[in-house]
Amino acid sequence: MNFSRGFNNMGSPHLPPENTVGKIMLQVLLALLPGIAAMTWFFGAGILIQIALSVLFAVSLEWAMLKLHGKPVRLFLSDYSAVITAILFALCIPPLAPWWISLIGMIAAIVVAKHLYGGLGQNVFNPAMVAYVVVLIAFPLELTRWLPPRGLAEAELLPGLLQSLQTIFSGHLPVNLSWDAITQATPLDLLKDGVEQNRMISEIRRAPVFGNYGGRGWEWIANFYALGGIWLIWRRVISWHIPVAIIASVIILTLPAWLYDPSSNPIPLEHIFSGALVLGAFFIATDPVTGCASRRGKLIFGLGVALLTLTIRLWGGYPDGVAFAVLLMNMFAPLIDRYTRPRAYGKPR
Amino acid sequence: MAQRPTDNIGKYLHNFPGGLKLRHHKALSCCKPLPARYLPLSTEYCIPVSQHLGQPAEVVVSVGQQVKKGQALSTPGKTGNAPGAFVHAPTSGEITAIEKRPVPHPSGLNSLCIVLQPDGKDRWVELEPVDDYRKLDCDELIQRVQAAGIVGLGGAVFPTDIKLQGTSCLINTLILNGVECEPYISCDETLMKQAPGKIIEGALILCHVFKIEKVIIAIEDPMDVCNLELEQSISEFNAGDCVEVIRVPMLYPEGGERQLIQVLSGHEVPAGQLPISLGILVQNVATVAAIRDAVIDGIPLIERLVTVTGAGIREPQNVHARIGTPIADLVDFCGGYTAGIARLVMGGPLMGLGLRNDQLPIIKASNCVLALTHADITSTQPEMPCINCGNCVSVCPAGLLPQTLQTVIRAENFEALESLNLDACIECGCCDYVCPSHIPLVDYFRYGKGEQRAQAKEKQESDIARLRFERREQRLEKQQAERLARHQRRKRALAGSSSKKDSVAAAIARAKARKQVLAANQPDTNSETGKGENS
Ligand code: SF4
Ligand code: SF4
Repeated sequence: MNFSRGFNNMGSPHLPPENTVGKIMLQVLLALLPGIAAMTWFFGAGILIQIALSVLFAVSLEWAMLKLHGKPVRLFLSDYSAVITAILFALCIPPLAPWWISLIGMIAAIVVAKHLYGGLGQNVFNPAMVAYVVVLIAFPLELTRWLPPRGLAEAELLPGLLQSLQTIFSGHLPVNLSWDAITQATPLDLLKDGVEQNRMISEIRRAPVFGNYGGRGWEWIANFYALGGIWLIWRRVISWHIPVAIIASVIILTLPAWLYDPSSNPIPLEHIFSGALVLGAFFIATDPVTGCASRRGKLIFGLGVALLTLTIRLWGGYPDGVAFAVLLMNMFAPLIDRYTRPRAYGKPR
Repeated sequence: MAQRPTDNIGKYLHNFPGGLKLRHHKALSCCKPLPARYLPLSTEYCIPVSQHLGQPAEVVVSVGQQVKKGQALSTPGKTGNAPGAFVHAPTSGEITAIEKRPVPHPSGLNSLCIVLQPDGKDRWVELEPVDDYRKLDCDELIQRVQAAGIVGLGGAVFPTDIKLQGTSCLINTLILNGVECEPYISCDETLMKQAPGKIIEGALILCHVFKIEKVIIAIEDPMDVCNLELEQSISEFNAGDCVEVIRVPMLYPEGGERQLIQVLSGHEVPAGQLPISLGILVQNVATVAAIRDAVIDGIPLIERLVTVTGAGIREPQNVHARIGTPIADLVDFCGGYTAGIARLVMGGPLMGLGLRNDQLPIIKASNCVLALTHADITSTQPEMPCINCGNCVSVCPAGLLPQTLQTVIRAENFEALESLNLDACIECGCCDYVCPSHIPLVDYFRYGKGEQRAQAKEKQESDIARLRFERREQRLEKQQAERLARHQRRKRALAGSSSKKDSVAAAIARAKARKQVLAANQPDTNSETGKGENS
């Protein structure tokens, strides 16, 4: 056989990349599963309903926006980035929040934060966090209706799947329940209020929502998120720099205060295992598009997220600051990348 | 005495940033069989006069002339900025054509080739062996290397004599590069197994002539068998005190000259300089073996080991092929193509050159003929927007920001490329390979470099034009001044009587004219560009 016919002589390299955007995002999805399962175990089926709703809205909106911009729909839907945005958002809102919360959130995320900025790869802000912050500011009441985690007495009252569906779609609880009876302040809420009232940490922590080192339930959820996150690092889907920078910075920044006065400052672990910190460290701040590209840049980005989160938690108006911190650091990411350029080979140090 | 960068070379291994662990695919072809077989004579050889494109070379044979094996066909030529090398007849026969033909070159342009029809007798020219290389001095060695047409056989094909010429006696360490870091290629490993003695002897020749103190043979970690053979050969030559084999971990692109130096010495070759600035000379193992053949046996470089491999080849193996053999002949010798063949590459899968067809000749740079199948090359995803994942940054051995470079090139903002150090890119393809968005980064970089060069040339041309314009202005000025002076003289002569006032005015005019003439003769000192005459 003689191949004098033309070959396709494209430029090197001649091996196509093994990874694809879709594969990366799919692994992120997989890594979220343990955390989602834990969340559902502690807070009921509402979580799954919220995820389903957000994903539905996100994918429909993504489809519409792609059509509108004349982009290849199948290609971009199969990158799963909209699905990830939707799930991350759904994990941040209370399980029984009304359905329009996720609709509004997804409009903010997919239409505004993503496609108005130019679509995949062009957005400046993390879409899931934009969505969360928008609904948090616009609907503070709905966003504080967190449920008691399984294991607390009040949790016996938690509505089942059907009742959850009913609540989410009608906005009203079943007749035998009232929001006052079942909503529960999160550990971070209590901590913030308690510290502001100058109560002792040990006294605050006596509330049943606290667990061994974080919030009851929350600490386990965080463990499962961390599990997924570590798997992602092992699979080299994300690099270790951002998660490690965030967690290490939180520890280093809160340790002196705790050592100085353990009675009025929570132990560093408390900061890590409550709120969205672990989820944020492994899954939100590691969003490549809105983060830094170089390794040193990633470390600085992580430090910034930790610093801002703590600042907001301790002195800001909101009990948790991960979302705000990530959005603020998104603004700085290009700047950080600019100043952390690696040194090119052979150029003077 | 100050510490030299080479003092601790090879004592500990260092890291270079980035790099890739790739699947090796070497077992496909390596040492099957050992020693590698020789290709039978082809019906026609087509020898490109230059391995680079565009530099003048002088053909010293004519159509119809009978030549013998090893006879010089062309010389590098006397002028030109791109260095050239001798080429020789791969066998005896008749020159049937000297014309432009397609050659394996990225430009895809045709290049001057000498076409040789073998007479089947394979008769050598008279060779001039050397009985004792210890009697050679620097110049004689370099002259021999040049006459044998030896170039870097690792793929760079830079003429070895020119590399050695810059060397003089500044070198204290010779690194023999046996790190074939690209997947599939196994010709250097095969050579190290079948003829380690040639490599060691070649190294000893260089050591002797250039007073080199230390030789390091760098091989990849998995090549432990050839380690044994090399060690054995080192002890045969009694060279144990200056030659050392060092195994470096398997990481692409460690075989790159600059990366290898970084791994062995921990030092980087400063930008814009050569390894000599560190006292290091790097040579590919095959090049050193060719130097040995040229010096001791007087044999010019007319053949090389070529790896013919890939899933597109029936019986992958290494073969000895003469320069000028059509690639199709190598493929036939190796059982032909398999059904799935989709792309033919000269070189490795990451930096090799895609070929349009297999009628092109083997050249000195051809270390590998790689036939890839559809399954190998088909991308699982079309190009997508950059998601800023930073994978490309973390694998880049040159410490660049491929994603930023890519955006800048896309925006045609070529001025920014210099500050982003595009010139340091070695086109290794690491970034391309890890990009989940399947952006053809290296294609962008090649394009960007081309544009950069074009702009530099444009600038140079406009500088020349400006200089020319300024010269012309000065010339006109000078003529004017001369005219004025003449005019003054004539006026004075007409006036007859030389009043004092007149003579002063004339003197001033003369002085002025002289000054202007002087200024016009020295355009460089007052031209705005500050460029020298040679620009
Ligand atoms: S091709 Fe250039 S930019 Fe890409 S990894 Fe290699 S040296 Fe770096
Ligand atoms: S690897 Fe590709 S997608 Fe990732 S930052 Fe580099 S160019 Fe962008």
